[in-house]
Amino acid sequence: MAEKVIQEEKRVFMTGNEVVAWGALAANAEIMYGYPITPQNEIMHYWTRLAPKHGREFLQTEDELSAGFTTNGGVMAGRRAFTATAGPGNTLMQEPISMAEAMRLPTVTVIQQRGGPSTATVIYSQQEVTLTTLGGNGEGLRVVYSTANHQELFDYTIKAFNTAWKYRFPTFVLADGYQAKMRESLVMYDPAAKGIEMVPTEAFVGKEGTPGVDREPGHFRNTYNVEEELYDVLQGYFADYNKMAPQVAEYKEIASKESKVVVMAHGVVARAAKAAVEDLRTAGYDVGYFRPITLRPLAVPELREVANKAEKILVVESANGQLDRLLKEAIYGCSAEMLSLFKPGVGITAEEVEARVKEIV
Amino acid sequence: MSVQVAMPKCWRVETKPHKFCPGCGHGIVLKALGQAIDDLGIQDRAVFGCDIGCSLLSWDFFNVDTIQTHHGRTTPVITGIKRANPNLIGIAYMGDGGGYAIGSQHLVNAAARNENITAILVNNTQYGMTGGQMAPTTLPGQKTETSPYGRDIAKTGNPTLGPEMVAAITRDGAYVARGTVSNVKQLTKFIKNALENQLNGNGFSFVEALSLCPTNWRTNAADTWKFLEKEMSQYFTVGEFKAPGSQNEEGQANG
Repeated sequence: MAEKVIQEEKRVFMTGNEVVAWGALAANAEIMYGYPITPQNEIMHYWTRLAPKHGREFLQTEDELSAGFTTNGGVMAGRRAFTATAGPGNTLMQEPISMAEAMRLPTVTVIQQRGGPSTATVIYSQQEVTLTTLGGNGEGLRVVYSTANHQELFDYTIKAFNTAWKYRFPTFVLADGYQAKMRESLVMYDPAAKGIEMVPTEAFVGKEGTPGVDREPGHFRNTYNVEEELYDVLQGYFADYNKMAPQVAEYKEIASKESKVVVMAHGVVARAAKAAVEDLRTAGYDVGYFRPITLRPLAVPELREVANKAEKILVVESANGQLDRLLKEAIYGCSAEMLSLFKPGVGITAEEVEARVKEIV
Repeated sequence: MSVQVAMPKCWRVETKPHKFCPGCGHGIVLKALGQAIDDLGIQDRAVFGCDIGCSLLSWDFFNVDTIQTHHGRTTPVITGIKRANPNLIGIAYMGDGGGYAIGSQHLVNAAARNENITAILVNNTQYGMTGGQMAPTTLPGQKTETSPYGRDIAKTGNPTLGPEMVAAITRDGAYVARGTVSNVKQLTKFIKNALENQLNGNGFSFVEALSLCPTNWRTNAADTWKFLEKEMSQYFTVGEFKAPGSQNEEGQANG
């Protein structure tokens, strides 16, 4: 067992990418595979500086396809393995993730969103929500945590490994270039000191004994011969996912079930939404706030309750309606009117949210 | 009277007869590989990764831990496993499309990094599983579904010489050879040498096996062998291209 990386709680001031590297280290991640792309590079930079001091490994691959597939290999060897990417790298990453979905591989992938389509900007967006929640061919199943600040980047990087290994669905930490590059204070800790037990890993291949002699061989495939064979496998996956969803779904809210207008946002934009709602409530406005932390699975029952009680829902995001589309599917048939404040690839301030709420209230 | 079929010990009897077409070369290559695994006593440490294409049909072929990956992606999956658990013996098994076209960046970079894994590539000069399209290895003038008038090298280039390329970009310690299913004894030796190279921690090992596809070549038994021995062997030199401690840079003569 690796020694404790963080002996006691420590208040630090650092960039989000550095936080992810420390979070993975604290979670006892054993190997990172990665390919350079802005704005996630410093996750690798910090990991490669820290890893040798703590007996961890790193491999820089030839592209994101390879980073994803080596990560698949790493978890199949029974290691807590992870990778990180962004933008066009996230596009390539969807192929290995679909293998992880098909074979229930507990990979952890950190996405630092940048502008798109194509190379676009290296700076910031919330335009990788659709790709990160629903990418891959077929109907793969995954867990996506959307963080809003550096404390959460640390907390959810640790949690992502546990969710992945407990439920065996590939798991994402979805942040953005602002969170990646900005410095912010947070408290780092050893998970065990907080009562967080790391879910044990298990090798898919290379277990004790000779296959066919002492044990059955591990034969892992993602190809099926006939439609019904695939159908049966997927039914099992969907059942597992639906059973897991209520245990994994997370959200935060302010008066969302008793307000006329509810502002919905995720990630770093949720901070502006929350600040705006707090200001407006102090000024006497009948407005609430709902922030999904898991974008997949969404907290559907809670969302539907909000959407049946509120008169209006204002969706705010740095994209042209990617969160909006997920929410609309979840609350289909509910009574609230859906309104929006979309700024694709651009940051959103609390003042802008406040002004928009005043328009619609 | 029953005849005892000589199968390698690590073959999985329950999945035989295998799923490949009659006359396919995969069974022969996998027999050579099975023999090498038996001889080296590594059935408990081997991890076999198979590509997509005809090679995917080997996913339950051995009593060896096996992972079916994606088209072209077997090399990185096996690389990831080996990096995470160096005690395992990683074998990446693929076709010529998987290794030389869609997964060529993985083959090149695993070779350049001298990854301590073994890649075995079956060359049958076209894409078998998808119905016989032109591959990087299709011979000049050879007819396939996407080169129906014969491969025009002016438009599509020359056939890829994989072992020659891998030998050129690997450093000392790598093992590179090209065998053929028409010489099983030699092919088995090459595969065994490749796996031994990994066991010794020398780095990347690569064996291309010239193989048969009567289904897509549309050849009878005699013409199938003729194509392998007369036409493929003329273009693709059989032999060892690189071995630790030797100065071999050119393929040695058949034998």
